[in-house]
Amino acid sequence: MGARGRATLVRVLQAIPVIFGVIVISFILTRALPGDPAVQFAGAMATDESIQQVRETLGLDKPLPQQFVLYLSQLAQGDLGQSLSTGRPVLTDLASRLPASLELTLVALLLSCLVSVPLGVLAATRPGSWVDQLCRLLVTAGVSLPTFFTGVVLIYIFYYLLGIAPSPLGRLDFVYLDPPRVTGFFLIDSALAGDGETWFAALRQLILPACTLALFTLAPIARMTRAAMLSALSADYIRTARAAGLTRGKILYGYAFRNALLPVVTTLGMVFSFVLGANVLVEKVFAWPGIGSYAVEALVASDYAAVQGFVLSMALLFVLLNLVIDLAYSVIDPRFGTAAK
Amino acid sequence: MLSIKDLQVAFKTRKGEVNAVRGVSFELARGERLGIVGESGSGKSVTSYALMRILDAGGRIKAGDAVYSGIDLRNASESAMKDLRGREISMIFQNPRAALNPIRKVGHQIEDVLRRHARASRQDARDKAIAALEAVRINDAAARYEAYPFELSGGMCQRVVCAIALACDPKLLIMDEPTTGLDITTQKAVMDLVDDLVKARGMSSILITHDLGLASEYCDRIVVMKDGQIVEQGDPKALFTRPQHPYTRKLVDATPRRGATIRALLPAEERRPELPHAVKDTPILEVKDLVKTYQGKSGPVHAVKGVSFTIHEGQSVGLVGESGCGKSTTSSMLVRLLDPSSGQILYRGTDLATIPSDGFARHPLRPKIQMVFQDATDSLNPRHSARQSIAEPLLRMTPLRGALLAARVEELARLTGLPAHLLDRFPHQLSGGQKARVGIARAIAPDPDFLILDEPTAALDVSIQAVVLNLLADLRATLGMSYLFVSHDLNVVRLLCDHVIVMKSGEIIEAGPAEDVMDAPSHPYTRALLAAAPQAPAA
Amino acid sequence: MTETSLTPDALVMAAPAEEAPVRAAAKPRAAMLGHVLYVLRENPVTGLAFAMFAFFVGSALFGVWLVPYDPLATDATATLQPPSAQHWFGTDNLGRDVFSRVIVATRLDLMISVAAVAMSFVIGSVLGAVAGYRGGLIDVATSRVLDTIMAFPLFVLAMGIVAALGNTVANIIYATAIINIPFYARLVRAEVNIRRDAGFTLAAKLAGNSDARVLAFHIFPNALPPMMVQVSLNLGWAILNAAGLSFIGLGVRPPTPEWGIMVAEGANYIVSGEWWLALFPGLWLMLAVFTFNLMGDGLRDIVDPRQRT
Repeated sequence: MGARGRATLVRVLQAIPVIFGVIVISFILTRALPGDPAVQFAGAMATDESIQQVRETLGLDKPLPQQFVLYLSQLAQGDLGQSLSTGRPVLTDLASRLPASLELTLVALLLSCLVSVPLGVLAATRPGSWVDQLCRLLVTAGVSLPTFFTGVVLIYIFYYLLGIAPSPLGRLDFVYLDPPRVTGFFLIDSALAGDGETWFAALRQLILPACTLALFTLAPIARMTRAAMLSALSADYIRTARAAGLTRGKILYGYAFRNALLPVVTTLGMVFSFVLGANVLVEKVFAWPGIGSYAVEALVASDYAAVQGFVLSMALLFVLLNLVIDLAYSVIDPRFGTAAK
Repeated sequence: MLSIKDLQVAFKTRKGEVNAVRGVSFELARGERLGIVGESGSGKSVTSYALMRILDAGGRIKAGDAVYSGIDLRNASESAMKDLRGREISMIFQNPRAALNPIRKVGHQIEDVLRRHARASRQDARDKAIAALEAVRINDAAARYEAYPFELSGGMCQRVVCAIALACDPKLLIMDEPTTGLDITTQKAVMDLVDDLVKARGMSSILITHDLGLASEYCDRIVVMKDGQIVEQGDPKALFTRPQHPYTRKLVDATPRRGATIRALLPAEERRPELPHAVKDTPILEVKDLVKTYQGKSGPVHAVKGVSFTIHEGQSVGLVGESGCGKSTTSSMLVRLLDPSSGQILYRGTDLATIPSDGFARHPLRPKIQMVFQDATDSLNPRHSARQSIAEPLLRMTPLRGALLAARVEELARLTGLPAHLLDRFPHQLSGGQKARVGIARAIAPDPDFLILDEPTAALDVSIQAVVLNLLADLRATLGMSYLFVSHDLNVVRLLCDHVIVMKSGEIIEAGPAEDVMDAPSHPYTRALLAAAPQAPAA
Repeated sequence: MTETSLTPDALVMAAPAEEAPVRAAAKPRAAMLGHVLYVLRENPVTGLAFAMFAFFVGSALFGVWLVPYDPLATDATATLQPPSAQHWFGTDNLGRDVFSRVIVATRLDLMISVAAVAMSFVIGSVLGAVAGYRGGLIDVATSRVLDTIMAFPLFVLAMGIVAALGNTVANIIYATAIINIPFYARLVRAEVNIRRDAGFTLAAKLAGNSDARVLAFHIFPNALPPMMVQVSLNLGWAILNAAGLSFIGLGVRPPTPEWGIMVAEGANYIVSGEWWLALFPGLWLMLAVFTFNLMGDGLRDIVDPRQRT
């Protein structure tokens, strides 16, 4: 195994302590509940017996280290506890709602990358031009937009005023039936089922929330692309390439852009962090039946097991995404895992 | 072949337009090797960028003509220039590692140029790229083709840059400080290689450098530039023996060379007799079997492998070696910024190695051992004025306060030749030489008797280097200090030092009186170092 | 074509000739002022940002006494009225004056973000400075803890913390502070780390400064300018975060006026066309964040003109 293979393996192994840390923090959060955690977990309608039962399942009568071991073993079995509001295991709830969130997030990210990366490149190659000014404005305005507010404004304009958007309630208008579940992604499932009408309806529902999220993530990506591209363009190797008479296209894309991509990919990690958070807000605004709105409902109902299960699974998802980003990085950067990087 | 007439280049800056090149004219014949020599800010690099029309966005050719083989370089279309670059005129840059695309295989970078200028097709590009690598004498070229720049040494990277520049057989090669950042032996190897290729292919070349010695060794004719203008041109020998312009004379004088004394570096009218410094028999510092081993990622790194030497009172010892030889690690240990792994550092009989570097700041011996740092810019706190920087050690280590403190700071400024009105300036408002003076004033403030000079002139232009070296010699005589002068440049070291130590790979390979080491080196490595240093023709 | 930037070696910043008077011996403070004026002239938007900042601070300090209506007073006779001369921003479903509520909310929103950012600034700076300077085990341990915090999507972690600690304004501040600490700690760590072996740091040690003194009086002041930029950008983000939390029903409870909660309440009326309920608080929130971001960019220009991004 070469240096890179070893470095890749090391990167994968590095995720383990992080996951452990995440679990520890989750555990602390569940035990930091004010008053008696058992009372909180049992909910408002709890009886003495149900509180006692919760106390036993959580091992709250045992010392903390023992509780942690119990917590770990429950996690290992995929047991995130019971949701009070739905009465089902939290894991089942999350699993059934995750595709909705993922579909929204991925479409939004794709949308925002398609706009922001070219915008950042254009701005960097024409510093001071109108594209550059536009980029600066978008970047500063974009990070200033509260996602939930953008969503509300978009609904007002496209649903109430123009009437071209469907009512902002969920993934599919009630006149349509959910496509047969294969992946849980409505766009894919309806396409698989060959149901063009449902596909289009799902897309219509998706556009506004996806745009809301995309607007939010546009700014950091465009900003990073522009900065990375500028710094790549002022690097010495660009001067070498120009002195060798290479064409503008080759210099911009073959040399500058590939190098600029590295910091942009790294930024994606941060963007995922923002987007998973913003997701919660957007889902609430658009009544999107994903895990974000599930968490908000759980919060309102003081459904602690559901909330903490949500926090933990989002963290694990994020760790996984970061791992994927780093592995993607290792593919583009030959220096990965060597002393030079 | 190349004719430049009254070239003027201007840059837009915040403070308005700055003229970087102000009316430069010269001719270059086929097969001629021209050197453009000047100190920083002389406009020598800008001249070459203007020729290639690769000036920065704010820069433009204001006036003048540049004609290459009948082509008007100033007015040629951009696409014509693109065809010219790399095929007719090529360029080699300083800092070779940065000059290569870090994430593209070097072979592909050569192919890019070959393909661009239709010197290779998709099928034979690889073979031709390997041939180009072989042409710059890279061993095992086929394997190197697959390498990324980070996998190659600095000298190897510069060879690749050469291969790119020479791949399409240009007629003119422009070299912009091609050896900056390379060790002296590598520098020689690269320059010899390029010179051979230029001669063998009958190319013309322009070497842009600050080093008059280097230019005189590799050029047929030299142009000396100052403040955007040419002050003198001629063949190297004549330039050295009969410099016409006062600036050329100053530059020639300031270039360290064999047989010259430290005073001879200064312009004739400023040469005062050298003050004698007495070397006593009592040792001030004895280093015994000093070892430093780091814990690296792939096992222990032996930076210093047991060095021993003695410095006597009043003596100046030179510590010479190329990068990575352990000289900086050694000096850090001596100045007590770094704890040795084992060994003794006896300062007047006290073993400093037993005092941890963490607590040494408040040790009574702290004022006695001080250091002048390599980069004057980096070693001054950007938020402190010169006065604050010089006063800092006095405040921490002496009871001087108020008027007494101010008087002492001004005395130090006088000693180091820093005009008193500059004391309230911040580092960015001072020139390189002035910053060097502040650094020296700060080092001698607490009245040390042992001073480590860590390449104190490496970042300075030669004329300022001459002044600073002389200042250090004067201070040594008036204040009676002992020096450990750390440097990569034997020619500079011999000017100031009585005794020379040569290090390689963490060990001392040769030590002895300066004259002996310089004139009759016993170790082959020392001989290689001496041979690699460019030699100016004797004046 | 636009020629890409190539800076010829030492041209523009050509080293001044030895001993020659370098620049007009400007007093450093005057020079700084000149630079600030230059940046403001080059980018008037920065000036605007500072003016808007003054406006928000004014609203926060004096808004309570200046607004035309009691922000909590309901009026059953004037519910859901569109903006008019009497009610500039209209009234809400309980007949409360939206303008008064928006202005009064400034204090709470700014207070949450300033308190949170101050806490993360102090804690993050200390952690980062010690980790960056000491290196070794302390550095590794600190980095691990920070990495673990960063391993959570930050807003989600804030939700989890508030849910666990209890639904109060104080806990919103703690949660926002905790998720911001890694940014400061990492920034300070990096800034300290690059200066740890800088010449002036070593020189300060040779001048007899203890490690603590070197860190506090030589390294840290040099790391402050980028920190101030971060503070400004972070204030905006902290407001967004706090408003986001109250939007989903955490922290601030109705009827307390707060931008996030007002948008949440107004959102219910947007589908029926009563846009002013959500628009004005949302706009104010956006403007506040925008102001902090612009100010951060402006500060960045002032601190380091090369970093204009």
